[in-house]
Amino acid sequence: MSDNPYRDARGNKDFSVTDPSKTSHLDIDPTRSGQAVPADGDAPFLIGENMTGGYGRGADILHDCTVAVNRGEIAVIVGPNGAGKSTAMKAIFGMLNLRKGRVVIDGRDITALSPQDRVAQGMAFVPQTNNIFTSMTVEENLEMGAFLRRDDISGTMEQVYELFPILRDKRRQAAGELSGGQRQQVAVGRALMTQPKVLMLDEPTAGVSPIVMDELFDRIIEVARTGISILMVEQNARQALAIADRGYVLVQGRNRYTDTGEALLADPEVRKSFLGG
Amino acid sequence: MIDILNALAALANYVFVPAISYGSQLALGALGITLIYGILRFSNFAHGDTMAFGTMVVILTTWWFQGMGISIAPLPTALLALPVGIVVTLVLLLGTDRAVFRFYRRTKAAPIVFVMASLGIMFIYNGLVRFIIGPNEQRFSDGARFIIKAREFKAATGLNEGLSIKLSQGITVITAVIVVVVLFWFLNRTRTGKSMRAFSDNEDLALLSGINPERVVTISWVLVAILATIAGTLYGLDKSYKPFTYFQLLLPMFAAAIVGGLGNPVGAIAGGFVISFSEVAVTYAWKKVLVYLLPEQWAPDGLVQLMSTDYKFAVSFSILVIVLLFRPTGIFKGQSV
Repeated sequence: MSDNPYRDARGNKDFSVTDPSKTSHLDIDPTRSGQAVPADGDAPFLIGENMTGGYGRGADILHDCTVAVNRGEIAVIVGPNGAGKSTAMKAIFGMLNLRKGRVVIDGRDITALSPQDRVAQGMAFVPQTNNIFTSMTVEENLEMGAFLRRDDISGTMEQVYELFPILRDKRRQAAGELSGGQRQQVAVGRALMTQPKVLMLDEPTAGVSPIVMDELFDRIIEVARTGISILMVEQNARQALAIADRGYVLVQGRNRYTDTGEALLADPEVRKSFLGG
Repeated sequence: MIDILNALAALANYVFVPAISYGSQLALGALGITLIYGILRFSNFAHGDTMAFGTMVVILTTWWFQGMGISIAPLPTALLALPVGIVVTLVLLLGTDRAVFRFYRRTKAAPIVFVMASLGIMFIYNGLVRFIIGPNEQRFSDGARFIIKAREFKAATGLNEGLSIKLSQGITVITAVIVVVVLFWFLNRTRTGKSMRAFSDNEDLALLSGINPERVVTISWVLVAILATIAGTLYGLDKSYKPFTYFQLLLPMFAAAIVGGLGNPVGAIAGGFVISFSEVAVTYAWKKVLVYLLPEQWAPDGLVQLMSTDYKFAVSFSILVIVLLFRPTGIFKGQSV
């Protein structure tokens, strides 16, 4: 966004005036709005089809990339650094403008919708960083997740507490005081509060210990069993593919390999190039 | 023993009572600044003149009420005029937001651009107020003057030193307590208040949770209109109303907000009292109190006044600089710093 003169602070890096980490990093056009239209053709529950695009007016990062997930299944996007894994996920969530391709959920084309409107359509997104309200209590975090709902949320909150029992004990504590793994649980819990049909996780295990990681993957499988589709970007490709129904290996914004998680793990080519032998 | 009581009475009369009421006024002003900082993420330099504008509307309405013979004696008529002042100020603030700040929000302008825009708006408000009511001092307090009179206090206690509490001081403290309690109840207990805190904490995640940023911004301006008008009116009732004084109040109010931790409402209140007590204590002539407390031969010759009242702004300025140097996040860690 260097072409925006209002963002040019003329070298002023005086952060006593404001903290840049709390301001918006999403490149969302606030004037953007559109309607969900019925999509033609038979498709998986959620699919980002032939997506081509990049951030702002920058160069394309995704090239004809397709990612899909069926109801109640786990799909995992893996690939080397800079392969456009997170970008593919953000494209499905509407955080960048697609030049080509479409996003369809449950038979409805939502390509024109803003991210907020996609939340209302049943998508929930857990960003990789800054994914909790640190100054608010765990319970308030969950409440804010359910902000769009007008019905009684206590049942859903109970489900989240059953899934992550530690959160029940810490529910009056500020979320920012929790450990890394507990924070991720709060982040996932917040997203589940909207009762989404699809849960999108951007590297949920980044920066947590291996034990916590296994625990988190177990919980994610549990969530999928309740019928929620899960789309996940993962750095820990081996463990992630082991729980995945579908795996996507992206390289430079293109689909390189697409198969079941099991088949990808067994594929010697994939093992050699992306899983370290 | 009687000397100690006399000293306490003098201390209460000249330091505690004025500092508590001045501190409440500063706290209300600093709360408005801290809210805008937390939600819109810029330092609003127009806040002092927003207070001046709100108070001006209250004064004009008060005069109108007085002309019609409406009064709530012994309470000042200005309290009755407060709602009118708040509504008119809100219209001005929302108009400004739509005309100026919304544009910069849409373009995702750098914070410094917002600050400079608010500086321009400060000058516009400043001119507006001078144009309507003029730069002169205005008196608009009516009703009873005192809750406790110095002479009555002396007669009742038999002390040499009198203690007087003005009605405006009592009203200031009571109103400030009510406003702060309601504000904290709103921010911590209601859905809308929580969504404001969520937005202040993490804008992107608030968006992903379906919180509408424009609605949060509008509600912040409503709160600022209420806080600024009440703070300005209380200050005007307690001291007197002069537009330039309100512009000068910007410094102690910013100092209060920063000392407490910008973006943190509890900090704004604590900061208000830190600033007011320092200002009053540094500019008070301590001779009177010391004469009672010290043995006769130690009685000071001078006034024992650290600084003349003309330099009271130096106090808030020094505190501001010291805090920014040694603890930039303030006493309570600012939520947004």
